[in-house]
Amino acid sequence: MRKLLKQLGQYFIMMSKVFSMPEMKNIFFKKLSLELEKIGLDSLGIVTIISFFIGAVVSIQTAFNFESPLFPKYLIGYATRESLILEFCPTMLSLILAGKVGSNIASEIGSMRITEQIDALEIMGVNSASFLILPKLFAAVLFFPILIILGISIGIVGGWIGCQTAGITAADYIYGIKYEFNSFYVTYCLIKTTVFAFIIATVSSYFGYHTKGGALEVGKASTRAVVYSSIIILIFNFILTDLLLA
Amino acid sequence: MIEIKNINKSFGDNNVLKNISFKFEKGKTNLIIGESGSGKTTLLRILIGLHDIDNGEVLYDGRDFTRLNTKDKRKLRQEIGVLFQKGALYDYMSVEENIMFPLTMFTNQSYEEKLQRVNDCLERVNLKNNNHLSVSELSGGMVKRVSIARAIVMQPKYLLCDEPNSGLDPKTAIIIDNLIQEITLESNITTIVNTHDMNSVMEIGQSIAYINNGEICWSGSKEELIENNNKQLNDFVFASKLFKRLKRN
Repeated sequence: MRKLLKQLGQYFIMMSKVFSMPEMKNIFFKKLSLELEKIGLDSLGIVTIISFFIGAVVSIQTAFNFESPLFPKYLIGYATRESLILEFCPTMLSLILAGKVGSNIASEIGSMRITEQIDALEIMGVNSASFLILPKLFAAVLFFPILIILGISIGIVGGWIGCQTAGITAADYIYGIKYEFNSFYVTYCLIKTTVFAFIIATVSSYFGYHTKGGALEVGKASTRAVVYSSIIILIFNFILTDLLLA
Repeated sequence: MIEIKNINKSFGDNNVLKNISFKFEKGKTNLIIGESGSGKTTLLRILIGLHDIDNGEVLYDGRDFTRLNTKDKRKLRQEIGVLFQKGALYDYMSVEENIMFPLTMFTNQSYEEKLQRVNDCLERVNLKNNNHLSVSELSGGMVKRVSIARAIVMQPKYLLCDEPNSGLDPKTAIIIDNLIQEITLESNITTIVNTHDMNSVMEIGQSIAYINNGEICWSGSKEELIENNNKQLNDFVFASKLFKRLKRN
């Protein structure tokens, strides 16, 4: 408990440093563009593949469970859309991104810590927390919602392909996709994604920034970053869902 | 000149530095020597502000580093060049970008002006025309030389080096030692070198402080070191057969 409180204190002290004004705006924007590429663009492939197959599997499973003639066929499209927007894309993709992006951030910053690169920044008088973490945080918060919207779109296409194999017509599926659309669900999805992006970027940075020792500790920091980010995402998923939908 | 007065530093119950006082003189290569775990790295990290002290003073030409406000501390830090044990080069930057980094952060110079200064520094460390190499392409000696170039790019008044020769072959180590000494003399700066390499001591030791168990047990020049009668120091310095022979002669 004491260790947890200490870590929490260290996290908030680090965050107070992160949110100080960037010292050189042109360097910040240059780093931000690099991070957008690393954190955002480099995740496009995995997001596309996962979303496509999730969409396809969700529609097949829904079709399998809605075999009764009492259920109209368009409900398969409807259920696929709702599942993708409400849970699969924002939460599942964020958990996967916690693994990919979170471990990358923790190991990158952790390696800089053990090779004294962060000390070198501090000695020069650079706010190392802000210099290293703020561009990553901005990149994650800006790009994750784009990835999730893309994931939903590709998931819906995947669902359509899945329906073809389950014998549902495209007209039924598309009608279901448009049926009773509630735009607040997209807002809810984007709010969740933004919070999850913040958690992934800052929690992973925290573990990287406070790495001590050698290469082994960088590996441990990377693992801890993924585990803690995932747990915190699940806790916030419950809290946000309760606050926004209950 | 850098002066430390009555410095104490503890980590929990472990008293690492015990009431240490010393003057590191301007225009000289000041060496801190001592066994592993003697407290010399802690002392260097205190000098560059990476560790807080329990009490005492760290004076940079009369300015107490420990009592400066954040703004003044930051300003003073720009007068300090540091050469880290592992080089601490930013591995996502090229050689040129690494050396140019402090200029970009703290000056309003144009790119041409910065490039001119970078090229001057690279020439000084005998790495001319290696601007676009990445850090992964550099040998151990080149990493140290690029680190020296980055440390001197802001024309510092103080140069602090942590184990500059670690991991280098004897020939390259002497090149690095001589480079540090030449820069110290040319620019008339205060240089502190943290080392346990006796070749370095004999090569560039103009003012030497020997730390043992958190205390400065001896200080003097390299000539005085050879003639000294301090048993602890002699056990440390003349541990190898080669240096024992030097002592006898």
